[in-house]
Amino acid sequence: MMNSLLIAEQVSVQNWTYILVGLTFTLYIGIAIWSRAGSTKEFYVAGGGVSPLANGMATAADWMSAASFISMAGIISFAGYDGAVYLMGWTGGYVLLALLLAPYLRKFGKFTVPDFIGDRYYSNTARTVGVFCALLVSFTYVAGQMRGVGLVFSRFLEVDINTGVIIGMLIVLFYAVLGGMKGITYTQVAQYCVLIFAFMVPVIFISIQMTGNPIPQLGFGGELADGSGTYLLDKLDGLSTDLGFAEYTEGSKPLIDVFAITLALMVGTAGLPHVIVRFFTVKRVKDARKSAGIALLLIVILYTTAPAVSVFARTNMIETVSNQPYANVPEWFKKWETTKLITFTDKNNDGLIQYVADKSKNELVVDRDIMVLANPEIAQLPNWVIALVAAGALAAALSTAAGLLLVISASVSHDLIKKMINPKISEKGELVAARLSAVVAVCVAGYFGINPPGFVAATVALAFGLAAASFFPAIILGIFYKRMNKEGAIAGMVVGITAMLLYMIKYKLGWFDEVVPDKSEWWFGISPEGFGTVAMLLNFIVSITIMKFTKAPPKEVQDIVEKIRIPSGAGEAVNH
Amino acid sequence: MTNKSNSKAYWKENIRYVLILLFIWFLVSFGAGIIFKDALNEIKIGGFKLGFWFAQQGSMYVFVILIFVYVRLMNKLDKKYGYDE
Repeated sequence: MMNSLLIAEQVSVQNWTYILVGLTFTLYIGIAIWSRAGSTKEFYVAGGGVSPLANGMATAADWMSAASFISMAGIISFAGYDGAVYLMGWTGGYVLLALLLAPYLRKFGKFTVPDFIGDRYYSNTARTVGVFCALLVSFTYVAGQMRGVGLVFSRFLEVDINTGVIIGMLIVLFYAVLGGMKGITYTQVAQYCVLIFAFMVPVIFISIQMTGNPIPQLGFGGELADGSGTYLLDKLDGLSTDLGFAEYTEGSKPLIDVFAITLALMVGTAGLPHVIVRFFTVKRVKDARKSAGIALLLIVILYTTAPAVSVFARTNMIETVSNQPYANVPEWFKKWETTKLITFTDKNNDGLIQYVADKSKNELVVDRDIMVLANPEIAQLPNWVIALVAAGALAAALSTAAGLLLVISASVSHDLIKKMINPKISEKGELVAARLSAVVAVCVAGYFGINPPGFVAATVALAFGLAAASFFPAIILGIFYKRMNKEGAIAGMVVGITAMLLYMIKYKLGWFDEVVPDKSEWWFGISPEGFGTVAMLLNFIVSITIMKFTKAPPKEVQDIVEKIRIPSGAGEAVNH
Repeated sequence: MTNKSNSKAYWKENIRYVLILLFIWFLVSFGAGIIFKDALNEIKIGGFKLGFWFAQQGSMYVFVILIFVYVRLMNKLDKKYGYDE
C-alpha cells in the first residue's frame, strides 16, 4: 500500500490526465457499442422507456456544459453577487419545465419540439419556423462546446487545439451516430458521474483547507480555519474593497437588469430543444415530472458548489499574488502564464504584482476559466485531482455537444425530410438520413470549433434569449390556451426571434454602427443577455393580439389540447 | 361524473397547484434574491448575508423542493381522478 501510494505521488499530472481521459473515453465507447439504435424511435427518443433516474442523470449531464463546469465559477468569482443571475437562471427554469412543459409534451408524445409546434399549430409554416429556431439555437450552442473540448485538450495534454477538437468530434460522432438518443442517454449517465466527481473532489479538499468544513456549501459561509474568527465572506468583502472593487456580496449591475437576465435564462432554459427532448424518452407522464425533479437535484449539487468555488478561488488568488514580488510567484502562475490565461505587465516597474480595480494601474489579467482549471494547483492538491478536472470538463462538454447534435439531426431527418420533403420515406431510410445529418452536424460544429467566428462566444449566451423569445411562449400558449391558433403563434415566434436577433446585433455585436453602442443606450437599461425577457413578452402580446382577430383552431386541434392535459395513456400517442 | 367534467375538475386543481408553487418560485428567487436583497442583507446567518444567500444558495434548494412537492401532489391528484397508470 505504501509502495503504491509512493508511485501515485510520482506519476505526473500529464500522465494522470492521459490515464483518466483514456479510461473515461473507453467507457463512453463501450456504452455506445452496447446501446446501438435499431429504429427511429430508439434513435430519436431512446425507445421511450428510459427510467426517471437514468433520464434525470442524462438530463443533468446534457444540461451542464463546458460553460457550467469550467467557466461559471470563474464568472461568479469576478462578478460576486451578480453571478447569481446564472445560478438562479439556469436552475429556476427547471421549475417551469416540470410544472408547465415536460408532462404535457411527454403526453403529446412526439419526437421533437418542431413536431409539437407543427402539429399543435396545424401548419407546416409553423413547423418550419420551429426548425429554423431549433437549428439557430443548437448550432450557436454546439460550436462553443467543441471549442471547449479543444481548449481542455490543449491545456492538459499539450496537443494543438485543433487536434483536440478533432479527437472530440470523432468520439461524439462515434456514439451519437451509432447510438442516437439511446447511446447518448447512457453515455450521459456515465458522464454525469464523471463530471460531478471531478467537480466535487477538489472543492471538498479546498473547503477543508480554508474553513475546516468538508461541505463547501456551508464552508463558504463559515469562519476561516486560521482561528482568527473572521468569516470568509467578510474577509473577501474587505479584500475586494481594499483593491477598489465592489463588495463581493453586493454586486454592481442595476436591479432591472439582474431581474431581466435571470428571467431570460430561466425561460430560455425551459425552451431549449435539447433539454425538452430528454423528457420524450421516459415511459409515462408521471416519470417526466419525476425526472425533472431528479435532474434539478443533480444539477443543484454542482450549482450550489460553484459559488463556493468562486469565493475560495478568489480569496486564494488575491492572497497569493496581490502585492507579492513577481520573482516569487508559485509554479502554477508561470505555467498558466505560458497559456496566456494569466498575464502580468509591471506598469510601475516595482517588481510587485498590483491587482486593483483601476484599469490604468492594474497589472494582472486573469482569465475566468483559471478559477476552476487551476484551482487544484493553487491549493496544492495531489496530481490525480488536478488531472480529474480535465476528465470532468471533457465529460461536461461532450455530453452537451451530443445532446445538441441529436436535436440538429432530428430536426433535419424528421421535421424537414420525413414531415415535409418526403413523407413516404421508409423507417430505414429515415434512420440513414438521421445518421447522415448527425455526421454533417458534427462536421459543421467541428469547423466552428476550429475556426470560431468572433461572434460565437457572444451568441452562446444569447441562445437562451433566442429560445425564450421563440419556443417558450408558443409551447405554453399551445398547452394552456386552447384558442391559440396558428396565425397568432407564428406571428409571435417571428416577432419574438426577430426582435431578439436585432437587439443582439445592434447592442452586442455592434454591426449596425461602427462600434458596439454604450450601456447607456440600452432599452430600459436591459443588457442584450436580459433582452430575452422583453422579446418573450413581445411574443406573448403579439400572439394573443393576432389570435383575437383570426379564427379559432379546428375542433381536432382543440381536442388534442384537451387530451394532452390528461396524464394517462401517454404510451399510445407515440405510435404515429 | 362524466368524462368531460372529470377532466375539467382535474385541470382546475392542477392549475391551482401550479399557481401556488410558481408564486413561491417567484418569491424566493426574484423576491428574496433580487428585489428585497438589500433589506434581507441586514440579517446575517453565520457568514452569509441573507439576501446574498437566497440569491446564490437558498433559491436553488427551494426550486428542488418545489418540483418534488409538485410530483407528490400530482401523483395523488392522478389517483383521485382515475388517471393513474
